[in-house]
Amino acid sequence: MHTPWWRNRRLLPLLVQAAVGLVVLVMIAYLLGNLVRNLSAAGLLLSWRWLNLPAGFDISESLLPFNAELPYWRALLAGLVNTVRVVLIALVGATLLGTVVGTAAFSSNGLLRRLSCTYVELIRNVPLLLQLLFWYFVVFLSLPDGSAAIQLPWMVLAKSGLHLGSPQLVNGVWQGSLRITLEFAALLTGLIIHSGAFIAEVVRGGVAAVPPGQWEAARSLGLHAGQTLSRIVLPQALRVIVPALNSQYISLAKNSSLAVACGYSDLYSVAETTLNQTGRSVEVVLILLGTYLAMDLVISLVMNRLNRLVQIQER
Amino acid sequence: MNRPRALTNRLHRELFATPLDGLITVALLIGLVFALKALLHWSLTQADWVVIQANSTLLAVGRYPLNQQWRLWLLTALLCGAAGISWGLLRGAGWPRSDRLAAAVLLVLSLLLPVGLGLAAPVQQRWWGLTALLLVGRWAAGRWGGDIPKRGRRLLPLTWPLLYLLGLGLIGGGLGLMTVRPSQWGGLLLTLTEASFAISVCCPLGIALALGRRSELPLLRWGSTLYIEFIRGAPLITLLFLGQNILGFLLPGGLAPDRVWRAAWILTFFAAAYVAEAVRAGLAALPRGQWEAARSLGLNMLQTLQHVVLPQALRVALPAIVGQFITLLQDTTLLSLIGLLDLLGVARAVMANPEFLGRNAEVYLVLAILFWCCCAALGLGSRSLERRLNRQHLRSQP
Repeated sequence: MHTPWWRNRRLLPLLVQAAVGLVVLVMIAYLLGNLVRNLSAAGLLLSWRWLNLPAGFDISESLLPFNAELPYWRALLAGLVNTVRVVLIALVGATLLGTVVGTAAFSSNGLLRRLSCTYVELIRNVPLLLQLLFWYFVVFLSLPDGSAAIQLPWMVLAKSGLHLGSPQLVNGVWQGSLRITLEFAALLTGLIIHSGAFIAEVVRGGVAAVPPGQWEAARSLGLHAGQTLSRIVLPQALRVIVPALNSQYISLAKNSSLAVACGYSDLYSVAETTLNQTGRSVEVVLILLGTYLAMDLVISLVMNRLNRLVQIQER
Repeated sequence: MNRPRALTNRLHRELFATPLDGLITVALLIGLVFALKALLHWSLTQADWVVIQANSTLLAVGRYPLNQQWRLWLLTALLCGAAGISWGLLRGAGWPRSDRLAAAVLLVLSLLLPVGLGLAAPVQQRWWGLTALLLVGRWAAGRWGGDIPKRGRRLLPLTWPLLYLLGLGLIGGGLGLMTVRPSQWGGLLLTLTEASFAISVCCPLGIALALGRRSELPLLRWGSTLYIEFIRGAPLITLLFLGQNILGFLLPGGLAPDRVWRAAWILTFFAAAYVAEAVRAGLAALPRGQWEAARSLGLNMLQTLQHVVLPQALRVALPAIVGQFITLLQDTTLLSLIGLLDLLGVARAVMANPEFLGRNAEVYLVLAILFWCCCAALGLGSRSLERRLNRQHLRSQP
């Protein structure tokens, strides 16, 4: 029997794809054409030479030495280093917090279980940006200064920052071996507490996936609760936890771009200043997207390696 | 065993099972009592709630023209009526315990909240009227809803999209009503408009992308995968930044939408990628046999999707999709970072007012409670819908 062409199982997919491809290509060409026309009308055709011009703005805190005379690319690099710094520390902190809270959901203590649940529900239903603003403007900016500062044996919390390593009060100013700015501290606290709640859910799900017989077997072998958790349950739970942690870590890295709310100079905030000064919107957005994508890829690579380590090794 | 005895037994088991548990309980209780005392002390003596009272209109609708606000009240009334009627149609004439509880909570809230906030008397009365409308709608629809013929009942869900379009018209104006430009929308109004628009448009987009990603046609598959991974790799703020700064260059002059709509479209495209991943998980959970059975029954592609594949896949994906909606609602706060006056943007403008300097905590607390309630309600609704669907699913099994 002769099949009409619209029923042809080999021709039809090709036709559909060609049509979709054509539409997409025409749309992209149209948008790019507009982009080139509009950019050249504004005198902003794609160019990377401006990266070598002096930035002219300062960055409030930076691991790399930076001043206003250094070029834009150095400013962006300093921002990137700041982002990486906060992401790395927050990763460790949020993982620790999440593990503690997630395992607390299985405690024999009812109060502890409910508190862990309340914490997760409270944090997950309030926007991160609101939390960051709260930590910075309400908690950290209202810290007292001078001799009224909150003094702990190894740390002083003052409005001038967090001073670590046996700080001394010199002429009303705290001097310690290490000073953490309020902006960094607020961002770090907000990120750790926010991601901690999500990681706690991941850990809880992972532990719940371990069959109860494993708990019972460990207990009947005479292991106490801590040993059961660390030797028997968590290693098995890790197989479920690690893949889910990957996406939590990636969203943590992306969430760090909200640093601008606390006044911390991360990559996004430096890029925003750069755009305002140079007007190079396309280049700046390309740099931003590329960098965050690269960061996500690195996290995924590391986590995939880790995943291979924790999966069951069969023969 | 009598009841108090059972209670003490249970408390003992839950809180003081071992010495370590007892220690933890005591430490936690002391900490909780101190925290609650500090919070109560602050909210009763130090907090100054005038900042909320004085700016309640601003927080609710931003700089929406005062003489046009009746349109928003009308819209709220329509929504309340429709919500009440839908509630009644879903539940029927009876009032189960959860319904009585919800009605009681609504009544108490509507009686106490406007008074507590110190709103003007006419505004208070309007809130009472709205609550009454909702409850009367629930009662009337429950009482007489069963009399509507079946064909009519099937058309009823369509009122919601129609109401949505009508609502956008009421907010924006046109057709004889005074136009209110999107730049004048603000506060909770803007937040809800953006979130609801993004939620309703991202769903079909996300389903299409998920189907594209699982398609057998390589071009569609690669295209969808590229789009989804690109969007998921970028922080939302950089995409909003892209929307505000580059969209104007991509479109011919004058065609680029307003800043508010640009942000709404970016939110939509952003959420669509995440919804697509949720739907993809649902599709992956579906055995291949379902496709094959439907096709061998002679259903075409569209019928297979509509009657066999999507109903099952979406039921699996529902919790993840609603989770995305909750994230989306929270993500609207990012609009304040690109200079739009959403709820958080208005709140920051209020706090920058020298008259209310140093009143950050009160404003942030109220915003947090608002967001918490909205998100928790969405989560609760999703869970009850999930249970309902699972029940139906179990019942329909042989």
